[in-house]
Amino acid sequence: MIQVENLTKYYGDLAAIKDVSFNVDKGEILAFLGPNGAGKTTTMRILTAYMPPSAGSAQVAGYDVFHDSLEVRRRVGYMPETVPLYPEMTVRSYLDFVARLRGVDDCRKRVEAVMETCHVADYAETAIGKLSKGYRQRVGLAQALVHDPEVLVLDEPTIGLDPKQIIEVRELIRSLGGERTIILSTHILSEASQVCGRVVIINEGQIVAEDTPERLTARLKGGERVYLQVSQPSAELEAALRAIEGITTVEAKGDGGYEVESVLGADRRTEIAAAIVKGGWGLLEMRPVGMSLEEIFLKLTAE
Amino acid sequence: MRNTFTIAKRELQAYFVSPIAYAVTAAFLLVMGILFALFIINPRGAQASMVFFFGSIFSVFFLLLIAPLLTMRLLAEEQRSGTIELLLTSPVRDWEVVVGKFLASWILFAIMLLLTLYYPVLLERFGDPDWGPIASGYLGFLLMGGALLSVGVLTSSLTQNQIVAAFLGVVINMLLLLCYFVPDFAGPLSGFVSYLSILTHFIDLIKGVVDTKDVIYYLSVIAACLFLATRALETRRWR
Repeated sequence: MIQVENLTKYYGDLAAIKDVSFNVDKGEILAFLGPNGAGKTTTMRILTAYMPPSAGSAQVAGYDVFHDSLEVRRRVGYMPETVPLYPEMTVRSYLDFVARLRGVDDCRKRVEAVMETCHVADYAETAIGKLSKGYRQRVGLAQALVHDPEVLVLDEPTIGLDPKQIIEVRELIRSLGGERTIILSTHILSEASQVCGRVVIINEGQIVAEDTPERLTARLKGGERVYLQVSQPSAELEAALRAIEGITTVEAKGDGGYEVESVLGADRRTEIAAAIVKGGWGLLEMRPVGMSLEEIFLKLTAE
Repeated sequence: MRNTFTIAKRELQAYFVSPIAYAVTAAFLLVMGILFALFIINPRGAQASMVFFFGSIFSVFFLLLIAPLLTMRLLAEEQRSGTIELLLTSPVRDWEVVVGKFLASWILFAIMLLLTLYYPVLLERFGDPDWGPIASGYLGFLLMGGALLSVGVLTSSLTQNQIVAAFLGVVINMLLLLCYFVPDFAGPLSGFVSYLSILTHFIDLIKGVVDTKDVIYYLSVIAACLFLATRALETRRWR
């Protein structure tokens, strides 16, 4: 649905993105992850035909963003980071305006439909300037959906929302996937792993990793880690743990806490528990330690 | 073309909820009313056409001050608030955006002119006016207003700041007026320069002479300004 090849964009001498390539299949939800200034917005602006690339090409829904930019724009719904709203308009008149601009046939019906989808129907006659941030964000999403686009591009869709609104917007996005192809950018990693099937991590204008959230986590943590705490820590305990097959490191964390790492794919929790009980060291706590996407992210972007 | 009207319609609606349109309309009616009254009570009836001319210089001057106030918001505010991103990622050509914006301001100005139509009606009630120059005068006003507004649309496309847009608009409009007063001995180009003035072509029209070349002049100014504004909007994409 989206093919990006060697996309490069210069602002003056500064390259905002360099040789960015990726594909998105129909119905997929892709997260674009990266720190501020990594080139997320630039990439999205190119994909939505807001500005042309300096080099490379991008195809959206089968059309080139530069040569067939109007065709691309007809098929893409875009929610920029600063939601483009006219504060003096009511929600209904704004959505009606956008629908007309995008050539929707039955404007009134479509506007009603997206207001239902995005839960803003109760505020149809309210001036947008009077809405809270959360509702504005929803109107922004409704605006992107009004012409029933095949592709949705959402730039930081949950930024500035309170936790409850964030959950609602994420659910809304997830419900939109399947029939639509969605690219969203975020710098919140849990968001990427909750909403998206695939993550592209971008840093300083270049793609540093691309995979499913689970595989990214697995690939980078290198092994399974377990944190455990006992009431009677001892050196024998460490030795006993090391003796278990598949365990690579045992690290004392003080106060009877240990972090135990085993080879990838080997869950040794049963054996660990049995060994501790057998030795009488008094098992207090045991839990798996996953490397969070945050850590992966830091690790990848620190290089 | 449909997109142009969609944009013009939205912009007109925005005018009617903003205080600036009402303030400008009120000031316009006040000043034009005073100029009209001065023209009527002038005792030297024989020189009425002269008075009207001078009255019109004042009105031209007033118009070039207020036209940028009507247009300063059009593109500058879209660029400041980021709503330009909505327009430029919709299946709309850049010129359709610019022309739609201009059209809205021109329609608003036409409405303002309509509100002054009671002046000739009063003249008809109490005298026997010559309707020819009145009609061509109105046409002249509409065309000149369009030219001044198109300059404002152009300056509004160049900046994100409405005040800067309005100020630049007034300066350019002023230059377009002042060209008229270039003296003949200023050189071989003086005739050409004064030809460029918005006033040169207005005088014929208020005298009752509708010359195609005057109409073409105003339409060319409008086309040139809107073309440049479109280019300014396009370069924004490349930056």
